Formats: sequence, C-alpha cells, structure tokens
Amino acid sequence: MQYLHNIGAYFLMIVEMFRKPTKWAVMKQLILKDVDDLIIGSLGIVSFISFFVGGVVTIQTALNIDNPLIPKYLVGFATRQSILLEFAPTFMSIIMAGKVGSFITSSIGTMRVTEQIDALEVMGINSLNYLVFPKFIALLLYPFVISISMFLGMLGGMAACVYGGFSTLEDYIVGLQIDFDTFHVIYAFIKTFVFAFALATIPSFHGYYMKGGALEVGKASTTSFVWTSVVIIVLNYFLTQMLLS
Amino acid sequence: MIEVNNLHKSFGDAEILKGISTTFDKGKTNLIIGQSGSGKTVFLKCLLGLFNYEEGTISYDGKIFSQLSEDEKRNLRSEIGMVFQGSALFDSMTIAENVKFPLQMFTKQSKSEMDDRVDFVLKRVNLDGAHNKMPSEASGGMQKRVAIARAIVNNPKYLFCDEPNSGLDPKTAIVIDNLIQEITQEYQITTVINSHDMNSVMEIGEKIVFLKNGLKEWEGSKHNIFKTDNATVTDFVYSSNLFKKVRRMYNEENE
Repeated sequence: MQYLHNIGAYFLMIVEMFRKPTKWAVMKQLILKDVDDLIIGSLGIVSFISFFVGGVVTIQTALNIDNPLIPKYLVGFATRQSILLEFAPTFMSIIMAGKVGSFITSSIGTMRVTEQIDALEVMGINSLNYLVFPKFIALLLYPFVISISMFLGMLGGMAACVYGGFSTLEDYIVGLQIDFDTFHVIYAFIKTFVFAFALATIPSFHGYYMKGGALEVGKASTTSFVWTSVVIIVLNYFLTQMLLS
Repeated sequence: MIEVNNLHKSFGDAEILKGISTTFDKGKTNLIIGQSGSGKTVFLKCLLGLFNYEEGTISYDGKIFSQLSEDEKRNLRSEIGMVFQGSALFDSMTIAENVKFPLQMFTKQSKSEMDDRVDFVLKRVNLDGAHNKMPSEASGGMQKRVAIARAIVNNPKYLFCDEPNSGLDPKTAIVIDNLIQEITQEYQITTVINSHDMNSVMEIGEKIVFLKNGLKEWEGSKHNIFKTDNATVTDFVYSSNLFKKVRRMYNEENE
C-alpha cells in the first residue's frame, strides 16, 4: 500500500514541478549551477570509468575469440556494440544514480531537515519547481555525458587492443565501422533521455519527502540509489523490447 | 492584525489543536508559549499556511486565508517574514545573497536598489561587513540576525519567529529579543513569536497566549502574568528557581 502511495506522490510531484514557475532570472542561475554540479562535475569519473571499462570489454572479447576462422575485426565490432547499446547508456546511468542521485537526495534532504524548504514555502515559492525543475533541465544535457562515455569507451578499447597485442589498429577501426546501424545510436539516446528523467526526479522525490534528521538523509540517499537503479534496469528492459525487437 | 477563530488540527486520530481562538495585534510582539507538545509549532505552522487545518478560520487583516485563491495566498505569503528555529539560511548562498533572495523573487528592483536595501537591512541588524560570509562561517547569533534581516528585507506585514532564542547564550538572546521588538514597533509589523524562554516572555511579551494540550489556557501580557492565579501558567512560569525568586521579590516590592 505504501508503494502505491509513493508512486502516486511521485507523479503528483512531477505535475507540481511544472506549476508556478520561478522567476527566469533566478531559474537561469539555478540551471547553470546544476549543469555545473551534475554534468560538468561528472565528466571526470565518467571519462575514467568509460576508458578502462572499454579496455576491459575489448580484452575479454579478444581473449574469448580463439577461433582462427573468426575475423580479428570482430573485437572492435563487439566492443562498439557493447558500449553503444548497453555500457554507456545503461550501466553508466546506474553509476550516475550513485554519484548524481546521492548528491541530489542528500542536498534536497538536508534542505528539508534544516527547514530551508519550509522557508521557501513560507515565502510563497513553489519549492518543487525551485529545486527539482533546474535539475531536470540540467540533466537534459546528460546525453552529452553519455556521448563522451561512448567515445572514451571505444578509445580505451582501442588502446587495450593495440597495446595489448590482441589485434591491429586497422582491424579494430574496421570493426568499429562495420555493419553500423544509425538506429542503435538513436536507441541509445532515447534510453539516455528517459534515464536522465529518472535520475533527476527519483532522487529528488526521496530527498524532498524524507522525514527525520541527518541519519535519515543517509538512509534516503541509499534508498534513492536502489530505486533509481531498479527503475533504470526495468525501463531498460521495456525500452529494448519496444525499440529493438 | 491576525485573528484566529476556533482552529482545529489533527494528525490521524490525534487532535493537536482543539479549537483555539485569539488575536495577534499589529505593532506588538505576540508570544505563543507553552510546554513541549502543547501544540505551539503546529499552531505556528497553521498560521503560516504550511499545515492545512480541519476547522476554523485564520484571517490576516480581514482576509480569510482558506478563502483566498492560490495567487492571493502567494501574494499574502510574500508579505510574511519568518525566522526559523534553526535560522534555515540557504547554505549555498552568502549572507548577502540570503538577504537579497526575497527581493530577487518578489520585486522588480534593479541590482543596485537590491544591494542598497541589503546594505541597509544588514546594518539594521548590526551585521555590516558580513556580506560575503557563508552561513556556516557565522555564529548562532549572527545566523539569527541574518534570518531576521532576510525576514524583514521585503517590508513584511507579518513576522513569525519560531523559538528565535534557542541555542543562544542569554546575552545574545536578549539582543535578538530586543531587535525583534524594535523592528516590530518601527515598521508596525504583526509579530508572532513561538517561545518557551521565560526571559523573552518577561522582556518582550506584549501579548502572551499560553497553550496547553492544544487549547488556549491563558491570555495576557508580561505585566499580568506575574499576577495570574492560573495554576498551570504559574507552574510553567515559575518552574525555575530563578523565577521563583523573581516572583518573591516582586511580591515583596508590591506588598
């Protein structure tokens, strides 16, 4: 019953987020700050993880292809497909649920505990629009992060492939280019936009409606990570079923 | 003036406010006092419109809050200043940005006009020169003064303070009390203070409403709280040895 209540409250929060907009001069600053916190601030960890995971994907693919009849360019092809279809959009989003999601929940949760949200409400400000809407807008730039993740994943794969002696640079590049389907990129970006919405709103929900003190802020961050991950995985399944099958 | 009539508020089966009626006068410091759990904070949050209530009316200078449209409620809220117990300053903003915030949200003033107003208000609360400090760098007393500055920067008609002295040393507490009283009289604001600090009651209690178990037990001023024969009020007021001595001395002086 509590789950149903929370799902209802979540959708009501989304409706409320678009009502009574904050003055544009103030909102502009909030969006820029959130772009800095959520997007620019994530580039470092995203780049690092993507590069090395791209390398690992390539090494594992190469080591598992021991049949001399299978062309060497398949290493590049398999790396591209893994990174483009799943690693960058989905698994990077789960990592971001930990990084960005915890940040959103703890910052909004702390504002709740220290009565800063009450202060906004008393002033007649729609606190959901003030706090959540700029995060939603900032995360519309999330596909930019995922593009970088895709590029660096393939770059990491290339480095591992060439310097590990698994295949030649030419073979790897042929593999990246072969049998390329533009719709796979569109599919990846559709998923990314949907996940960005989940990344902005689910952690905000857990922070905004939390009750208690500092300990509960920590608990809310954990719960928010778990639920954002679950929702991303479930949405990933349905989107893949709808778009690729 | 704020008029409250027969206010009822429950959480589930628990009735917290059981029909409170009172008035809070303009240009006066009105105190709500009572023991923990008496319903003070719930009452204050109902006055602020943060809690809905089941029965009764609250009117602000004749405007009944529950009958206002959303826009009218929003306009009314822009006339309210609030000092929270923990100050509730926005910790990502400097002190000056905190004070400027209501001006940015509700006025069309130019940047220089806003800066002038912020300078004026920060001087008024004796915080000149603290503009660029972050709230975390300010002491408890300074934070309370910033909260007062933010509450009055937009010339509110109504000022609400939730235990403005909590966590402050007695000397700073008196400074904050006097500042609130001066501002109330200077700008003719209707000020409502939620407190259980007896020093505040004696210092600035121009009107006192005593709550017990969600009901108004007593109403008066700091002058007649000494003379009341209401056992619950005297129990509360003279719970500390210091005030027992004050009462004895007061009675001896008047005999």
